[in-house]
Order: sequence, then C-alpha cells, then structure tokens
Amino acid sequence: MSHRCLVPASGFALAAAVVWLSTIPAAGQARPAGARTTGSQATAYTAPRTPDGQPDLQGFWTNATYTPLERPKNVTKEFYTREEALEIAKRAASQEAEQTEPGTVADVHYDFTQFGLDKSQGAMALNLRTSLIVDPPEGRLPPLSAEGTRRAAERDAARKSRGGPHDAVQNEPLSARCIRMDRNGPPMLGGAYNNTYQIMQTPGQVMILTEMLHEARIVPLDGRPHLPPNVRQWAGSYRGHWEGQTLVIDTTNLTDKFAFQGASENMHLTERFTRVDAETIRYQFTVEDPSTWTRPWSAEVLWKKDIGPIFEHACHEGNYGLYNTLAGARAEEKRAAEEAAKKKSPK
Amino acid sequence: MRNWLRSACAASLGLALAAIAAGGQARTYRAPRTADGKPNFNGIWQALNEAYWDIEAHAAAPSPVLELGAAHAVAGGLSIIDGGTIPYKPEALAKKQENYANRLKLDPEIKCYLPGVPRANYIPYPFQIVQGPKYIMMVYTFAGAVRTIYMDEHKEAPADSWMGWSNGHWEGETLVVDTTGFNDQTWFDRAGNFHSDALHVVERFTAASPDHLLYEATIEDPNVFTRPWKISMPLYRRLEKNAQLMEFSCVEFVEELMYGHLRKKPSR
Repeated sequence: MSHRCLVPASGFALAAAVVWLSTIPAAGQARPAGARTTGSQATAYTAPRTPDGQPDLQGFWTNATYTPLERPKNVTKEFYTREEALEIAKRAASQEAEQTEPGTVADVHYDFTQFGLDKSQGAMALNLRTSLIVDPPEGRLPPLSAEGTRRAAERDAARKSRGGPHDAVQNEPLSARCIRMDRNGPPMLGGAYNNTYQIMQTPGQVMILTEMLHEARIVPLDGRPHLPPNVRQWAGSYRGHWEGQTLVIDTTNLTDKFAFQGASENMHLTERFTRVDAETIRYQFTVEDPSTWTRPWSAEVLWKKDIGPIFEHACHEGNYGLYNTLAGARAEEKRAAEEAAKKKSPK
Repeated sequence: MRNWLRSACAASLGLALAAIAAGGQARTYRAPRTADGKPNFNGIWQALNEAYWDIEAHAAAPSPVLELGAAHAVAGGLSIIDGGTIPYKPEALAKKQENYANRLKLDPEIKCYLPGVPRANYIPYPFQIVQGPKYIMMVYTFAGAVRTIYMDEHKEAPADSWMGWSNGHWEGETLVVDTTGFNDQTWFDRAGNFHSDALHVVERFTAASPDHLLYEATIEDPNVFTRPWKISMPLYRRLEKNAQLMEFSCVEFVEELMYGHLRKKPSR
C-alpha cells in the first residue's frame, strides 16, 4: 500500500504538497522532458537479475497518476514542463481533499484522505506527459471503425432496454459490483485509490497481484499456446516472454462483458514492462481491435516503487453500498407510488 | 564378504522398517530446492477427498437442491480429523447443527465469499503456490482468493480478514504457517462446521514425493472448541500438460441469488 501517513483533513493540502514534492525527483529524472519513448527504445538502466536470470521486476508498485488517458482538448503539446506538471498535481491533490465535503453525496462514501487511500498521500511517479496515450500522437483514442460505431450504438440500445442504472444489480457498473476495476484491466490503469501491485517471479512465470479485487495473474513464460478461442475470461488468456530487458505479455480471449474503452472481445492486448531505474517501471500497452478502432493505439504509464504489504480487498463480501443502492431505489419507488396513490384518491 | 552382505541387508531392512514405523510416510523424501535452498513447492496443487462436504465422516446424501439430483448430491467421505470428530463445546455444537439446517442460506461458499483457512485448501478447486524467499503466495481458484505468507516480516494481524494474516517459517523440509487475524464469517465445509474470530491455525506443508505434499493443520479456538484439534490430508500436484489456474470469478454467478429480490418490479 501507499505511504500511509494519517493526515487530519485540515492540514491536508500542505501535507499533500510536501509528500508530493518528496516523492517526485527520482522518477522525474528518468523522464527527460521532450523525450519520446517507444517500446523499441533502449534504456541506459540495467535491471538486477533474478537467480534464474530474468530482469528483476519484483516488489510493490503503484500506477497512481493524475495524467488522463486522453489529452485534454485544450492542450496541444505532448509534455508539460516540470513546473506545469507539479502545479497540475497540486491542484488535483486539493480536489481530492474536497471530495468529501460534509453534506455532499460524496461524503456518504468513506473518506479516501482519512486513511491515506487517496493518491496525493502515496507514492506516485511524476509523468510529464499530457496524456497516457502516446500513439496516435494526438494523445487521443483513434476514431471508431464502422463496426465499432455500430456496436457502440447497439450496446447503448441494449443498456437502455434493460432499464435504469439501479433497476437491477446487473445494470450497475462492474466496479460497484466488485467484478472488475480499472486497476485490474487488463490493461491496468490507475484509479482514485488503491493503485497497488505486487510482482513476483519464479522460474518460468511472473505473478502480478492487483490489490483491488485480490487478483493474481500468474503469467507463464514457457511458450505454451493460448487458451482455446471459446474460453473467455475477464483477464483473458495471458502468455509472457522476455524481449531483452522487457517483459512482454500477450493477451487474447477477453470477454465482451468488460469492453475496455468500448473494445470488443476480439481485442488483442500487448503489455510491456521495462525497469527504467531502481524506482520505476515503464508500463506500455498496445490495443489492437480493428472491429472497434480504425487503428491500434498505445499508452504508457509509469509505475513507482511502493511499500507493502498488500491487504485483503474483500470487496464483494462487504458490499453494503451495492445492496443499499438497490434497496434505496426500491424504497424511493415505493414512496413515489404511495404519494401518487394519495393524490389520486384524496380522503 | 558374506557377513558384510548380511549386515548390509539387515541395515537396509532396518531402514525400511523404520520408515514404515514412521507411519508409512516417506519421511526421508528431500524435495528439489529453490534458488535460496528451500524445498520447492512451486506448482498447482489440489486436495482429492470429500472433506469439502463435511470434514467429519459422512455418508452420501441427496443434494440440498432438488433440481440438481445426483449431480450435486453429497459424496460420502471419511474424516480428515485426528480422532474423528471436532471437539465442540456443547453450545457451539448446537450452533453447528443450526448452521447445517440453514446451510443454503448461511454457507459463505454459496455467496462466493473468500473461503478462509483451512477450507481454501480442500475446497474442490486447484490452488497455486508461488514461492519467493520473503513471500510465499497461495493463489486459489475459488473466488480468486490470495494469501501472502510472510517469511521474514512476521507481525501481528493489522486487522481481521477472511483469509487471515499468515507468518511462515521453515522447519527442515516443512513449511510452517501460523495464521491469526480471522473474522468469524468463514466455515470449514458445507456442513456448517464453524469457528469464531479467535481462530488460530498452524499449518504444516511437507513434500512427501515429487508430486504430493502432506498437509496438516492444527486448529485452535477456545470460544468454540474444548481443545485444539488436527486435520491432515495429501495435496496432489496437477500434472496435466499446460495446467493453469482458470478464472473463477463467481461474484457474477451469485448476484441474482443475493440481489435478485431488489430488482425493480415491472410497472403495471
């Protein structure tokens, strides 16, 4: 988990800024502004090796970031200056502190800042990029293909035919149902809190444990074939190999139910993990899905070394929020029906 | 020469007898080593018994769900407990019987809840051991449960949890795992055998051949049991070519069961 300094809400903004500044330099140095990084670029850093000779990715990592997947519409450059990036981070941190203003809806949720869950109190690599998407160079998702446009409309229609968002448990978002979070992916993207991962390597395999939903992907490196195409899984069929310093994971057999950024189950994902310094992994991924987008696209996230341990995230077991959302919706309907009946037949 | 042969034969016979006297288990088996010189337990393992229905001896019985007929009928099995039965306190035995009577409503397995310890090890799905010097991970198929065994950062459980907080150490060929910090929500099986949040489990994993481990666990919970008690069973390596854990994301399988009554009624 993240550096869990418990900061009273009043002193939050200042404390957040201090923690931030203290965690930034190491990662910042690894990212010279203006440098263009691709999967093929050689890194000067050589990772230590495991006893069986794999580059060593082991340890606890966080992919927390304030960098959006897509470049904001009013931004035209690929990189911020260091000063700009710090200013954006400071602003984002202060918004985290405000999320649980008493009396607001957000206040019903537990307070991320109270338990150090929010990003500003934890480790985070400073990313000077203006978007996580590095290709297309505009930093935004490529246009949908004709099939992708049609499917998006069909999915939208199907969703509407199932009723309102709280009409049934199946209409709620996957994250509220404790089935899938953006931290799990794949690909793995940071969220508002708990962006913690643990990597372990043994001969012939790499384990990537996502704290959220306690999901361990144990990736075989032995060149075995993918699962048969009829077997679809939330995490897909994942097979790994090394390309020099880089761990490459090839994933197919994803499910239509996850629909990452609107993708189809035909999505083919390539993830690349490269240690760029003692404190940072560069995590790159490429999404290929011609049945959704007119071209492949790629993104890059920096994972910062974090401290353990990883705790048990028993999400489904304690999912009172889901129950209460549905029960609350039914209670409101009942009340509305009773009021309507009263109006119809006044005594 | 003949005398030497005779004494050699006697010595080997003696060794064989000693091995048999030790309970028939091949105590002398030495597992292959990891890079840090510890017995190598990396692999996919699974129990092969009927304890998931009931850890005490039980006869075959009909399925609690009529429609499932013989397909989900209870398979008879022998006890995995030293001495045969669980030493419940009288009031706890009454609660166990109540649990059994209401098992369709109460069994946490039905709700896809994290299975707890030791149940995770003999629930009828494989699990994988990923072994490092500092952490040994036990990754379970059922509900995607994960345990971290801390080998050198021993500490008290920071909070109660479903899978507990596990500190481990090596005793020769044996991995010893001491787990506390449980909540009181998990069961031992589908028969309603239960514990409180005072549960303390000490497990011993010992390689007995290249492809099986001897699994033993001592279970202590003064709120529920009159004394500590012990279970044991072999765990077998999954030997299929390209064996891997398959996803068992069961939350979506139980949503209608758990929340179906909260579905909006069609308006008339």
